Amino acid sequence: MGSCASCGAGGCGTAEVRVPGLQRLGLRPGTWDGIVALAGNPNTGKSTVFNRLTGLRQHTGNWPGKTIARAEGGFAYRGRRYRLIDLPGTYSLLSASPDEEVARDFILFGRPDVVVVVTDATALERNLNLALQVLQITERVVVCLNLTDEARALGVEVDVAGLSEDLGVPVVPCVAREGEGMIALLDAVHGVSVGEIECRPRRLKLSVPGLTGALDRLTSLVTGAFGDLPQARWVALRLLHGDRRITEAVRTGEIARLGAAVPAESGARS
Amino acid sequence: MRAGESDAAGAVLDAARELGWHLPPDLNDRITEAIYAESSEIAGRRIRRRGGSLRLAWQETLDRILTGRWTGIPVMLLLLGSVLWVTIVGANYPSALLADLLLNRGWHLLREAAHAMGVPGWLGGITVDGMYLTTAWVVSVMLPPMAIFFPIFTILEDFGYLPRVAFNLDRIFKAVGAHGKQALTMSMGLGCNAAGVVACRIIDSPRERLIAIVTNNFALCNGRWPTQMLIASVFVGGLFPPVLGGFAAAGAVLLVAGLGFALAWLASLVLSRTVLRGEASTFSLELPPYRPPNILRTFYTSIIDRTIFVLFRAVVFALPAGAVIWLTANVQVGGQSLAYWMVAALDGPGWWLGLNGVILVAYIVAIPANEIVIPTVLMLTVLLTGQTGAGPGVMFEVDDADRFRQILAAGGWTALTGVCLMIFSLCHNPCSTTIYTIWRETRSAKWTVLATLLPFVPGVILCVLIACVWRAMAA
Repeated sequence: MGSCASCGAGGCGTAEVRVPGLQRLGLRPGTWDGIVALAGNPNTGKSTVFNRLTGLRQHTGNWPGKTIARAEGGFAYRGRRYRLIDLPGTYSLLSASPDEEVARDFILFGRPDVVVVVTDATALERNLNLALQVLQITERVVVCLNLTDEARALGVEVDVAGLSEDLGVPVVPCVAREGEGMIALLDAVHGVSVGEIECRPRRLKLSVPGLTGALDRLTSLVTGAFGDLPQARWVALRLLHGDRRITEAVRTGEIARLGAAVPAESGARS
Repeated sequence: MRAGESDAAGAVLDAARELGWHLPPDLNDRITEAIYAESSEIAGRRIRRRGGSLRLAWQETLDRILTGRWTGIPVMLLLLGSVLWVTIVGANYPSALLADLLLNRGWHLLREAAHAMGVPGWLGGITVDGMYLTTAWVVSVMLPPMAIFFPIFTILEDFGYLPRVAFNLDRIFKAVGAHGKQALTMSMGLGCNAAGVVACRIIDSPRERLIAIVTNNFALCNGRWPTQMLIASVFVGGLFPPVLGGFAAAGAVLLVAGLGFALAWLASLVLSRTVLRGEASTFSLELPPYRPPNILRTFYTSIIDRTIFVLFRAVVFALPAGAVIWLTANVQVGGQSLAYWMVAALDGPGWWLGLNGVILVAYIVAIPANEIVIPTVLMLTVLLTGQTGAGPGVMFEVDDADRFRQILAAGGWTALTGVCLMIFSLCHNPCSTTIYTIWRETRSAKWTVLATLLPFVPGVILCVLIACVWRAMAA
């Protein structure tokens, strides 16, 4: 399959920017070496990034809540094949509306190799709420700072290197609609996926009296019961929250899947 | 400890409950606050703002107009009205062209070809006169308005206007105990009710989601826009001098679409006072920034995702429907065709509704797809009034609105029939795809049946009322 197989179809309404080394696999990734999930607030351009990378033309619209179920596609970059999942846009991973649950369940149990958090550079503060929450669940994160052209037009300047330092994960400025920054984004995804880039995600400072002690105890109980889960501390926090979904996952033992060496879904991995 | 719970899991859960008692009761709020505080701290450190952006000022001005208390709704009506007017006026020419190509020439060509190849009469009847002609009808009636309407609609969506519509309507829906986001799902329903029903997932509260799902069909969907536009331009536009006809027709369609929102509002009111009682929950609706729409991509997505998608669906349903229509018109029972008996049986109820038997039969045939109502109506009318230039069960060519009016006038249609058909087209059962989607989303036979039958209530009441008043005034 040529790297431009997707360009032939449909005459291309978008100014097609060729990304060297990117092979868009459309709907049929076949086997894959890694799973990449796109998370982010509503209306930050997740679907646009998704279309850029897969060559698919999922409908995009300028309103929050457009992607409700998750969409899937595939791409290959630098010899690795990826399955790409476009998650519904959410403002947080805390409450349990159906779309937030789809997003959180996938980040947690779908065991993506990399989670790309697509953020709106014009409203970064609000977008960081979600990014910080994702960083509590998984460490392999790339932040895509999208809509930087609009931010520039609005007089907003973001210190990308500083932000990356604060979050402990790569931050890539993009204009997904124009295809700007896609190579850098792919490089970051590749780097995190193969372990070339090491992430040290920022952990939340939770200054609630008594919480640290309770978390320490519960975390050790969780790891004692289910093995050394990477998200043990987060699971403990959610249990203290009284999170129904997580409580249920502990009760049924489903939570142990988080620590399994080979995720249950990866039967098709090559 | 419950069944299915391992000892270790039980211990973890017990410990969590136990430890939870010693933590502040507002733990959730505190954690949320901690996240917000960190976001704000990071953002404060890493973002610099240059003051006085021209773009920001421009966006704020636009929002003041588009979502203003007094300007929001009038501007919305004006915008939608203009889109309808452009569609109605603009669709005339390509429609006539397509009708000439597909109905006049294409159909004659196929007939002659079938004849030359010695295809038996009944087979030629089913395929050429039934299936081909119905499909050709669907294409020539539906393609032009869709090809104009959807790109404009998509440009508005890309630009960021849809959430503003929801914002304008939010207060109105909230007042009746429905969710403000219902305005957004209704706006989606203007494209396709099945999509609108799926979009109801963005509403968190199950009670409000049900209200939104059950009432979504009151949003005039793209299967019905062409019907509305066609009937409005023939029967409403025809009442005015030609210069004003387009405006009057657009106004009438806008009125029907507005009536749909009013009925959804009323139905939500009734539902939230009776079977789905409760208070409206609050939510925050984000108004996204205005973005310059990417015109080329908009055309691509609206043509592929919407126009071709809808047309394809219509064609898929039109093919078998065409065969069925031809058969009902040609299978004789007791000296008359099957279609005759069906129409005769429904003429009575049809009269009360200001409609006729033909229309009701068409709505039964068109349960799978609203798109084929008009072609079916035309074919049956032609057949039963003996206007056939081409043998029974054949939809013949209609190359302009005037000809179209003549056919229907011969079938006994008046302006009353047109008006009642517009109302009935708004208020009848959802198409089968939407019904299936409602079931899939609710997993409840009860709510599916309610959503299917609810639209008939205002539909029947309004049609009977209009018919009675109209006839009383005419008498």
